[in-house]
Amino acid sequence: MINASLKQLSAALGAKQISAVELASLFLDRIEQRNPVLNAFVTVDRARTLEMAKGADARRAKGESGPLLGIPLAHKDIFCTEGWLTTCGSKMLANFVSPYDATVVEKFKQAGVVTLGKLNMDEFAMGSSNETSHFGPVKNPWDLNRVPGGSSGGSAASIAARLAPAVTGTDTGGSIRQPASLCGLTGLKPTYGVVSRYGMIAFASSLDQAGPMAKSAEDCALMLNAMAGFDVRDSTSLQRPTEDYTRDLDLPLKGLRIGLPREFFGAGMDDDVRAAVDAALAEYRKLGAVTVEIDLPNSGLSVPAYYVIAPAEASSNLSRFDGVRYGHRAADYGDLNDMYSKSRAEGFGAEVKRRILIGTYVLSHGYYDAYYLQAQKIRRLIANDFVEAFKVCDVIASPASPSVAFRFGEKSADPVQMYLSDIYTISTNLAGLPGMSLPCGFGNGGMPVGLQLIGSWFGEARMLNAAHQYQLATDWHTRMPPDAG
Amino acid sequence: MSLNLEEVTRIARLARIELSSTEADATREQLNGIFGFIEQLQSVDTKGIAPMSHAVDVVQRLREDKVSEADRRAAFQAVAPDVEAGLYLVPKVVE
Repeated sequence: MINASLKQLSAALGAKQISAVELASLFLDRIEQRNPVLNAFVTVDRARTLEMAKGADARRAKGESGPLLGIPLAHKDIFCTEGWLTTCGSKMLANFVSPYDATVVEKFKQAGVVTLGKLNMDEFAMGSSNETSHFGPVKNPWDLNRVPGGSSGGSAASIAARLAPAVTGTDTGGSIRQPASLCGLTGLKPTYGVVSRYGMIAFASSLDQAGPMAKSAEDCALMLNAMAGFDVRDSTSLQRPTEDYTRDLDLPLKGLRIGLPREFFGAGMDDDVRAAVDAALAEYRKLGAVTVEIDLPNSGLSVPAYYVIAPAEASSNLSRFDGVRYGHRAADYGDLNDMYSKSRAEGFGAEVKRRILIGTYVLSHGYYDAYYLQAQKIRRLIANDFVEAFKVCDVIASPASPSVAFRFGEKSADPVQMYLSDIYTISTNLAGLPGMSLPCGFGNGGMPVGLQLIGSWFGEARMLNAAHQYQLATDWHTRMPPDAG
Repeated sequence: MSLNLEEVTRIARLARIELSSTEADATREQLNGIFGFIEQLQSVDTKGIAPMSHAVDVVQRLREDKVSEADRRAAFQAVAPDVEAGLYLVPKVVE
């Protein structure tokens, strides 16, 4: 059951082979057993989960059906969930019980999904290793001495250890794809604007996008069907016709043009990652796809441009945490400004503070044009490169991460080294494109390697097709850590 | 470019984040490392390029000017650090 696909779980629920309560209990037991070591979940509430499962069973008993009715999922702790703690991995929100549901959470509830709990993450989604979480780092189930990636590290580890069949994540610069790569699972960041950001605690609003993380592309497509859609409460949500993201899964890959960016296959990639990605590309050629070399000449500027734009937006978004309406307030303070400054100094961790300070600086008088505006112009150049590239290819392939999962402490002393672990993922967010990571083999230390696929704007269905066909021909996505079973 | 201690303190004040003098020193070093990395953007020729502020070009939607939300003040204030009679309490700002 723990290795079953969402389709199989749904069929089992439909055939009354298992109830939603039994299914939720199975995963709750696994969480109870494994979470003390992995630290993937920050909140579990067995009673509340089982209540939801009973509700799903009752709906099914009344004749209702649906692809996700009774399926247990867990949410990254960045999504507001009514009545549950919603901490965003921060001391600032350590006691915040959300008074409302994020749109994503609400949609899953309507579909009859059962919430298993809330997943650990880098504080305010700022990190690539889960080491910035106020609640301690998540361990990589493949090797407990290594990071799971970030910021959706709890999400990734929970799937790898089979503590949940599928989960939600968010991706601002690679936060779904990089942990998916490091923990050996499939994760997808949709085109910007496809999934509502309402109730998803904001980091960098022009880049943030929620997406599914699961064991396969097919599961991700089913999840995305439930997550996507116009939302009047998100000002950048797109009004588009409803799509069935599973519709192209079975198309043959003959003639698919896979673009390989020269800039992504140069120096900076570890040999073990290169070998696994090369083998995946050979498999794609066997399946009938053709590979073409493409150029993304400005992609080398993605990481520095991102570290101007994302902190700028973060400094603005996180100004709401002032110790007045919600969140941490210092115990001792003098005047109002002192209350703000002390509450924020105590409530935020080091990386969050760093990014707020960078953002405050690049937006401040005299530096706005030189940094912020210049970065936005470079963002345009980066996006234009993709427009050109997609004239000659249908999807783009690259590694998702330049290395396999690194060890705790290996990069935490040097922020710039940590930032460079998202070197292949960030340009996708700047351009607003959909991207995903899927397992394509193993590298040093027996650690998983992820293949990144990037689709054209709104090209999720085609990208999922390419991922699904690869997963029909290979079994990397079915592998799990030795002690998960 | 390189930030001095005074500038770090000024940014922290603008951001309303208290920094002790030892923290300010460590922060200065880290920020300078990051700004050194960001500096490469300066050498790119972007003449005539329109800034891209968002991933997708959308215009703000307008809606009818009518009440769309229910009053949930009690629920929202339940998570506030200090409230009284429906008001958020903060230190006195006007003498």
